[in-house]
Amino acid sequence: MAGYFFSPLAYVVGALFLCACALKFAPPPALWTGSRDFFILVPGRSASLRPLFEMMARAMIVVGPLLTMRLLSDEFRSGTIETLLTAPITDTQVVLGKFLGVLGFYLALLGGTGVFLALMCVFAQIDPGVMAMGYLGMVLLGAAFLAVGLFASTLSRYQLLAAMVAIVLLSLVGLGAGLLARHTPEPLNHIIANFDAMRFLSRFARGQFDTRGLVYFLSIAGWFLFLSVKTLESRRWR
Amino acid sequence: MIDVEHLTKWYGPVLAVDNISFHVERGSVVGFLGPNGAGKSTTLKIMTCYLPASSGRVTINGLDVLGDSLALRKQIGYMPESVPVYPEMRVCEYLMFRAALRDIPRRARRGAVARAAERCWLSGPEDMTRRRLGELSRGYRQRVGLAEVLLHNPPVLVLDEPTIGLDPAQIRSMRELIGELAGEHTVILSSHVLAEVEQTCSEIIIIAGGRLVAAGTSGELRQRVAGPSHVVAQVQGPAPGEIVRAIGCLKGVSTVQHSQRDDWTRLEIHSQANRDIRGAIFDLVRRKNWQLRELRRATPSLEDFFVQITYEQSMKQTG
Repeated sequence: MAGYFFSPLAYVVGALFLCACALKFAPPPALWTGSRDFFILVPGRSASLRPLFEMMARAMIVVGPLLTMRLLSDEFRSGTIETLLTAPITDTQVVLGKFLGVLGFYLALLGGTGVFLALMCVFAQIDPGVMAMGYLGMVLLGAAFLAVGLFASTLSRYQLLAAMVAIVLLSLVGLGAGLLARHTPEPLNHIIANFDAMRFLSRFARGQFDTRGLVYFLSIAGWFLFLSVKTLESRRWR
Repeated sequence: MIDVEHLTKWYGPVLAVDNISFHVERGSVVGFLGPNGAGKSTTLKIMTCYLPASSGRVTINGLDVLGDSLALRKQIGYMPESVPVYPEMRVCEYLMFRAALRDIPRRARRGAVARAAERCWLSGPEDMTRRRLGELSRGYRQRVGLAEVLLHNPPVLVLDEPTIGLDPAQIRSMRELIGELAGEHTVILSSHVLAEVEQTCSEIIIIAGGRLVAAGTSGELRQRVAGPSHVVAQVQGPAPGEIVRAIGCLKGVSTVQHSQRDDWTRLEIHSQANRDIRGAIFDLVRRKNWQLRELRRATPSLEDFFVQITYEQSMKQTG
């Protein structure tokens, strides 16, 4: 995880993420004209954290892969994977270590959005339950998306390729499934909707503890971590 | 200590290592010699559990590279050829990280890092431990790589081209360090630098075209290329023709070539294989009351042997 705090790219990605959240949360007065519905903290309107969580979740489709793209692909490119895999640790430990490192950085990034909560407390009343569930949803979604990004990073020694693969995969569950569900007839749309990450996140953002969402996000995280371990193992045999 | 039996490695359709077998005794320093693409690094990668073999078996200290991989990795310190490191880390941070990976207890890590850094000239005369790895020259990165493999004091050290990128003074220091490590550790090092292998290693294994083509001490290997014995002498006496005739009559001498240097006749005397005729030449010179200022057996260098054996191997492969 320490690597992230030395990496300029991580800071740039983190800053962009927080700037996007800030714009969504409290736009400058110049943006108050036009569609005010898009923003959260606008004078004369009731504020809700739900759009912020949904925006953060959509941003994670790009931010997640940008954070994970170098996790293992950079090790392959630089050759450090050789020293890592000849140390007395298992491939599972390597993958879990990488995953926990990026998850730690992501949690620090989420912690940065605490400033929005502080502002909400000043200008509005917030429901602690909704807030807690929203953040729980973001942690679960982050874990799932970062696991997908980590898997993409095991596929190639090129960071850009890893990022693109992850963005495509995350777009399928983050945007594609929702769009497809709206344009397909029953009962197929119900099946497709069960793959829509945003649908599950919305429930958490509304303050619901959704066990289906919990299982969904943990399954994605677990499955892609398993695939990452297997892909790493398979590199030895190629 | 190290047993390699019928080791074979295929990369897809390419045969990188072809049925290699050898044994390394505990405490010895073994040099892996071979041209580019000979299969040296692949063999080392299999021995360090980075790559699996296509067939064959490698055991180190009785532990199998496949069956006891984790236990075996604890007993090996491996320095890859390019010494890959994380450029954003400081030297001390990197060594601490590697110490943690090596299961060195938290309390002992600082001490282990300080000892390894000192042994590899990283903490003095100039303290490099606070420098970022990305700022280091190749030579210093090489030292960091060596410090890393010494951290946990493993019984087996595998060093892939350890002196690449070092200046002559550093090469000498590295040789001395490897010499110090012998006995306490079993060291396997690969190198293209023949002189280095000859000076550092007690045994040499030559690989060419994926095959083990020779193994033994440098003396034994030189013997193999020696063929007919070759003696050089410088004699002062009668006319060169008479000297050549007299020496040509000695038992076992096959040819004698001569050249004149001032008043001295320089002779190159070839005799039958492994027959030392220096004693007979000395007796002849004394009997004839000639003068002698040089009498030595010309020994072929390891380089001669290396060139000969790799050439033979490439000729075999091209059919």
